[in-house]
Amino acid sequence: MRKLRSLWMRLRATIGSEHSDRDFADELESILQMHVDDNLRAGMTPEEARRRALIKLGGVDQVQQVVRDRRGLSSLEAFGRDVRYAARTLARAPGFTAVAMIVMAIGIGASVSLFTVIHSVLLRPLPFPHPDRLVAIYSQDAVWSHNTVAPGDFYDWQKASHGYEQMAIWRWTGFNTSASDGQLPEFLNAGTCSWNLFATLGISAVLGRSFTPADDNPGAARTAILSWSLFERRFNHNPAVLGNTVRLNGQLYTVVGVLPNWFRYPNPKIQLWVPWQIEIPREVQWSHYDHIGYVVGRLKEGVRSTAAIQEVSAAQHQIYLRFNGSGPVKQGAIATPLLEDMVGVVKTPLYVLLAAAVCLLFIASLNLSNLLVARSAARRREMAIRTALGSSRLCLVRQQLTESLLICVGGGIAGLLFATVGSHWLTTHWEELPRAYGVHLDSMAVGFALGITAMAGVLAGLLPAISASRGSVLSALQENSRGIGGSASRTSMRKALLTGEVALTVVLLVAAGLLFRSFLRLRGVDLGCTTKNVLTMNYFLRGDKYSKPEQIVNFDTQLLDRVRDLPGVESAGITNVVPGDGYYGDHEFWIPEHPPQPPGEHHFAAYRTADPDYFTTLQIPLVRGRFFSENERLEHDKYMIVNQEFVRQSFPAEDPLGKHLRVEWRTQQGENYEIMGVVGDTSYQIDLSPRPMMWFPILAGIPGNSADSVLVVRSTKDVMSLATPIQKVIASFDPDLPVKNILTMEQIVNESTVNPSFTATLVLSFAGSSLLLATVGLYGVLSYLVTQRTPEIGIRMALGAERERVLRLMLLDGLRPALIGLALGIGASVAVTRLIRSVLYGTSPLDPTVFVLVIVTLLLSSTAACLVPAWRAARINPMHALRAE
Amino acid sequence: MADKSEVWLGTLSLMVLQTLATMGPQHGYGLARRIEQISGDRLSLNYGTLYPALLKLEQEGAITSEWGVSDNNRKAKFYSLTRTGRRQLERQTRDWQQTTAIVARFLSPSEEG
Repeated sequence: MRKLRSLWMRLRATIGSEHSDRDFADELESILQMHVDDNLRAGMTPEEARRRALIKLGGVDQVQQVVRDRRGLSSLEAFGRDVRYAARTLARAPGFTAVAMIVMAIGIGASVSLFTVIHSVLLRPLPFPHPDRLVAIYSQDAVWSHNTVAPGDFYDWQKASHGYEQMAIWRWTGFNTSASDGQLPEFLNAGTCSWNLFATLGISAVLGRSFTPADDNPGAARTAILSWSLFERRFNHNPAVLGNTVRLNGQLYTVVGVLPNWFRYPNPKIQLWVPWQIEIPREVQWSHYDHIGYVVGRLKEGVRSTAAIQEVSAAQHQIYLRFNGSGPVKQGAIATPLLEDMVGVVKTPLYVLLAAAVCLLFIASLNLSNLLVARSAARRREMAIRTALGSSRLCLVRQQLTESLLICVGGGIAGLLFATVGSHWLTTHWEELPRAYGVHLDSMAVGFALGITAMAGVLAGLLPAISASRGSVLSALQENSRGIGGSASRTSMRKALLTGEVALTVVLLVAAGLLFRSFLRLRGVDLGCTTKNVLTMNYFLRGDKYSKPEQIVNFDTQLLDRVRDLPGVESAGITNVVPGDGYYGDHEFWIPEHPPQPPGEHHFAAYRTADPDYFTTLQIPLVRGRFFSENERLEHDKYMIVNQEFVRQSFPAEDPLGKHLRVEWRTQQGENYEIMGVVGDTSYQIDLSPRPMMWFPILAGIPGNSADSVLVVRSTKDVMSLATPIQKVIASFDPDLPVKNILTMEQIVNESTVNPSFTATLVLSFAGSSLLLATVGLYGVLSYLVTQRTPEIGIRMALGAERERVLRLMLLDGLRPALIGLALGIGASVAVTRLIRSVLYGTSPLDPTVFVLVIVTLLLSSTAACLVPAWRAARINPMHALRAE
Repeated sequence: MADKSEVWLGTLSLMVLQTLATMGPQHGYGLARRIEQISGDRLSLNYGTLYPALLKLEQEGAITSEWGVSDNNRKAKFYSLTRTGRRQLERQTRDWQQTTAIVARFLSPSEEG
């Protein structure tokens, strides 16, 4: 209580200090007068009386100082003074200040940007009630740890488990909407979900209603729930759409609800939702073999996820024991927190980037520290004089710290501005970043910015401040007159800082090198086909217009004929998925010519479709046999082509040609298909090795199987210019058919390397900045050293030292911290790089090329940095050097 | 410092409080004089020593100050004890007596020897 009161009065006094100063003067005057009166009464002369009184009063100024310290909040006043003083000092060296602030701004800005992204993407809970109770559930076996779930498994899990409030299943789907009311035909990404998906997530429709169990029924009327963005974009915000119908793939769906604007699960691409059992083919509805769905569960309150999933896994094992003999069944189940499931992919890259940014900030702080040490060396005499005049050491340390803090605060403010731009840039340019829509600078990020700014300020200021205030006053005052070997301790401090800087830079360079090499490896991957001048576009032949095989085949053949006639087109073909665009799906197969498989053993191959010209268009080489011809169409379709990986796994010692595969392709019972050709391997995903693949003739025109189409066109010139003419051809056949994903093969490859390229480029730019900072630091220290040692060098040369020797001496002096830092950095890298192993492709964390390159780069740049000052030292004229003394 | 000892702050504030308690409101000059007199002129107080003690006591709420007129018609600032100050005085007196008693016990044999 007393302390509080005292503090309050002091605060008041600080604010009204002028008034209380006058009060004090009045009191002093009154006391003086009383003393003089007394002395007069004692019989002194007036002069003597006043003199005695003044002596007795004590030094007025001293009293006043004591009183001020006592009365006001002296530390606050002193801080204000420090800030004013530091600002004046910094303003006297605007160049230094500006550079230091920019460097800090970059470091702080980069760190804050990444923190913002990490906070919004990885750390912020999902916007659902009790998000910690939401889990994604996958089925698993020995090969696939997180496999999508078969609908039959899902329904059994729902019945068997007790740990979940709700469990829902969904999968991707898509619909063609026709041109209407002046709007273009469009392909809509959609989701099909069990009726309780929204209840499981804990949300309800903002307009209308969610699905009910009655909607999610094979016989139910078709219903749909719109996303807010579709509601806004295509239905002009008009609530009258509720209860009306929309035409999707030619079928009418009644709109029953609209989702909230903020709802973005699983990501913003999904435009509308339809009930699960309406969309999923009847024969798949209860299947344990077709793994097609994503399952989301909400744990009951107080139930641990591990306990709940054990029950599900046990149920799945029962299913496995029961059905594995007749088809592929997964052995167990595994749960992941829903947030982790959504953002897990970018966790490592984001943390790697944040670590790199913080490293950069650290290096920037060390560099600033280094610059300040240099300045403090130059100001040593000033410090000594101030100490001699009575400034306390603490006071000097505080003042230096204030300077670095001021620089960092300036840098921090600029950095925060930079971070708003930076985090926006990150989210708009990093296309694969999940939850990117929710990234914005919030109070947490500002708090983080404050924290690292303070940290950087103290880090940068403390060392120089302590080093500057250390040592005896006398030696500092004397030292300046004879500079030889001066301030050895300060130089060693700077060298230590440099060593740290170089070591950190090496770690960053190694990480950047590894990421970049991995990225180059990815870019260099041979997909197994040509990627030059190839244009692809998707369309989906669904609905009444394409319910018969002839309709599909007619459309495809007419389209190909017209496209081949377009000027510039060299070759054109159709498939369902091009290389590098994903796994898509697989089918089980049996080989009739082989002995029957033991029950429980299953073989799969990814399925593809192709027309006769597809392979030549993409220049996928024929290894044996022949491609499809115009004959393999409609009913005459029992032929297939496989890839080399297929042959390696299933026909290691036989001729595959003429052998048959039984696949459930056209019907549920399966048919035998004769292998008529073997083609080269193509990668379905750029960073994964090829898997067995089989092609069916797309001209069989099977509705469903032949509906998903990618038109592939190879040209002699810039292929993008063909996009519009081809779209016009398609529109002339079917104005209602939407075309999507008009991409060149190169763009498809780029898209799949966008994550690694992003990480690699950013880390590389951080590493480059660090290298620049370290080099500048090296240059600065050695330049300073040369100036310091000019007289010494002069004497050496006067005594007969050769210029080369001087050059070597100085060069080695400068290079020593670089070499030690290099060694430390390499050591640290060896320890650290294994942490990023998961984001490296085809590159060992200890890749010798990268390490050698980093070592060479660092040696070259540090030598270059040291060469200039060393050269200057070697050119010193001994006479001048000695005279300058 | 042969005959005139220096006074340290803690002791001084105790003296100030005691003086105010026995003499009633006093101005700074009167206080200084009074303390010197009571010490039998063995203490010499200048204002630079006294003022910080007064300021501290005032900030702690032990004393309050008010401008008034002195005996010989001079404008002066008068300090008086508050209730907090009275309690503080009692406590500090007790503490002081305890401390001196303890220290006296330690010192008494060596004084004789």
